[in-house]
Amino acid sequence: MKKLLLATAATALMGSAATAEEIKLGVLLGFTGPLDSLAPAIAAGAEFAMAEVNDSGKMMDGITFAPVRGDSTCIDAGAATASAERLITADGVKGIVGAMCSGATGAVLQNVAMPNGMVLISPSATSPALSTVEDNGLFFRTAPSDARQGEVMANMLKERGYSNVAVTYTNNDYGKGLADSFAAAWEAQGGTVTINAAHEDGKADYSAEVGALASAGGDLLVVAGYVDQGGSGIIQAALDSGAFDTFQLPDGMISSTLEEKFGTDIDGSFGQTPGSSAAEKFAEVVGDAFDATSTYADNGYDAAALIMLAMQAAGSTDPQVYKDKIMDVANAPGEQIFPGELGKALEILASGGEVDLVGASAVELIGQGESAGSYREIEMQDGKLVTIGYR
Amino acid sequence: MELLNAIVAMSNYVLIPAIAYGSQLALGALGVTLVYGILRFSNFAHGDTMAFGAMVTILITWWFQSMGLSLGPLPTALLALPFGIVITALMMLATDRVVYRFYRRVKAKPIIFVMVSIGLMFILNGVVRFIVGPGEQFFADGERFIISARDFKDWTGLEEGLAFRTSQGITIVTAVIVVAALFWFLNRTRTGKSMRAFSDNEDLALLSGINPERVVMYTWLIVAALATIAGVLYGLDKTFKPFTYFQLLLPIFASAIVGGLGNPLGAIAGGFVIAFSEVTVTYAWKKVLGYLLPESLEPSGLVQLMSTDYKFAVSFAILVVVLLFKPTGLFKGKSV
Repeated sequence: MKKLLLATAATALMGSAATAEEIKLGVLLGFTGPLDSLAPAIAAGAEFAMAEVNDSGKMMDGITFAPVRGDSTCIDAGAATASAERLITADGVKGIVGAMCSGATGAVLQNVAMPNGMVLISPSATSPALSTVEDNGLFFRTAPSDARQGEVMANMLKERGYSNVAVTYTNNDYGKGLADSFAAAWEAQGGTVTINAAHEDGKADYSAEVGALASAGGDLLVVAGYVDQGGSGIIQAALDSGAFDTFQLPDGMISSTLEEKFGTDIDGSFGQTPGSSAAEKFAEVVGDAFDATSTYADNGYDAAALIMLAMQAAGSTDPQVYKDKIMDVANAPGEQIFPGELGKALEILASGGEVDLVGASAVELIGQGESAGSYREIEMQDGKLVTIGYR
Repeated sequence: MELLNAIVAMSNYVLIPAIAYGSQLALGALGVTLVYGILRFSNFAHGDTMAFGAMVTILITWWFQSMGLSLGPLPTALLALPFGIVITALMMLATDRVVYRFYRRVKAKPIIFVMVSIGLMFILNGVVRFIVGPGEQFFADGERFIISARDFKDWTGLEEGLAFRTSQGITIVTAVIVVAALFWFLNRTRTGKSMRAFSDNEDLALLSGINPERVVMYTWLIVAALATIAGVLYGLDKTFKPFTYFQLLLPIFASAIVGGLGNPLGAIAGGFVIAFSEVTVTYAWKKVLGYLLPESLEPSGLVQLMSTDYKFAVSFAILVVVLLFKPTGLFKGKSV
């Protein structure tokens, strides 16, 4: 609450200082709820982009931007809808960065963004269902769909010459969605999934689960789980019983905890986590302002940047007008724009040129307007997680 | 060769894990059965007593580790175990003094004791989480394997590996020693005999001059030792997490009831019955059958009777069946 007060106070100060028109942008994230630890950094990312644009002074007609925060929670779609409604009717925002979780995002899109014709760019909703949702061209996301990671995993395994793999996933929407999208992509490539079994988190012992996986066989085990939960237990039990010694590790499993727990025991295992070569540049630009490496903070920056660049490109702050420019500023052709170069991008756009926002997360919008996603390919070498490339 | 592979695969995934798990359950069930036999109530706080004992042992283990003390290839926790037992025993005596003694004095019904123990369970659970936190804690050190799967494959040239962890070996050996000591104590010593007498017939025991408070005190001491040993072995073999001990309560009670509540021999048998049923019912037999059967009969499915998610359901099912058809358990215990 204190932070919120401070933020509003700061906003008020900024407002009074501005001489030209001030445009408000909504930052609708799950500040409360199960992912509240991620929200502040995402919001900071979005607000950082706004501050960068304001400092450059290159926005048309000397427009400045002010963020207005709203709480989308994560699980309460009703609260998210109410917050979004308030942002539009009471605060008069011209674009919204949000919402955070897939469920809340879907609700805000259907109930608020579409009826009001408001542009909604989510930095973190990854449900595959949002790829095909009807959106009147108003919804975008700078986070990739979970289905994308499945394809990346299948490609990786194919290139390494695997054909039979066993899959275990943590028994929730994330694990199930990822395991299913991987299985679909893998089978489309001609691979075989010997078993696709769930595991529950928080158990002391996973030898029974591993027994079933071992019985089904396979050259490698795909562990679509959490490193601090059952995922590590599965790996431990698999190593102990000698069932598997190489693992495919999706984003939930990539953490330094792996190095501490298993070290060289799982050398040769590999995986991927969202990330791009642009991330380092982003961290450099951000400095100590906030934790730039926090998950989806980079996507928050890009989401806000997309809205502002599209406004400049369209020469209008009307969502119905600038929504058509979002894909243009996000993708080639045009001059590549890295973090910290928003001022340059605004200049190019003002002079009628084209830009291709690379941003903090190497954003590239595909399909209806979702990020193609950029993944850091990681391999366990000598007990360390080593980045071996991006894809 | 095929037969050997089948035997090795079965030992690796069924026999060894089930024996180790069975030993842990048996030790836990012994504690429950002793409380039931002598103090005459189902002690729901037993799972969390195990967690408490394991937690104390872990804290002492960490202290030893920081001082550089170790047992070489054996886990340091074994060295810390006696201290853990002492502190847990003190805790148990304190709870008896503060909580249970009052209800004994007012001659409360067993169901009230059960409710009291549930309250104690929540308190202990909270205390443990408050002290070490709700997450996983690591305290195992020393050699991890007696036989590792990879070495076994190299030695024998078999396709299947056999892993035998140090913690599993320690569990089995400790369980045998503890059970032998317990039976010697109950059958051969004066205190043990007075405890059995108290269990068989309280009034007669009182008439013959047995001091009930002494019997109660010894019971708690033994229960504390059993709970701490079971908790530490389970934590060493698997992982220590406060909540998992709470979940262990069901299989432990199932073991005690299947064997016959109040009967120590039954508790041990029950522990192994439950462990073996849980593991065999949820194991996918495809691999073993693949080695044993001729190629034409090889199963294409997993041959898994039940998904591993239903592990606890197996304990429940056995519990219900036993209560329906033989309420006193396999060995003659008290009916519930």
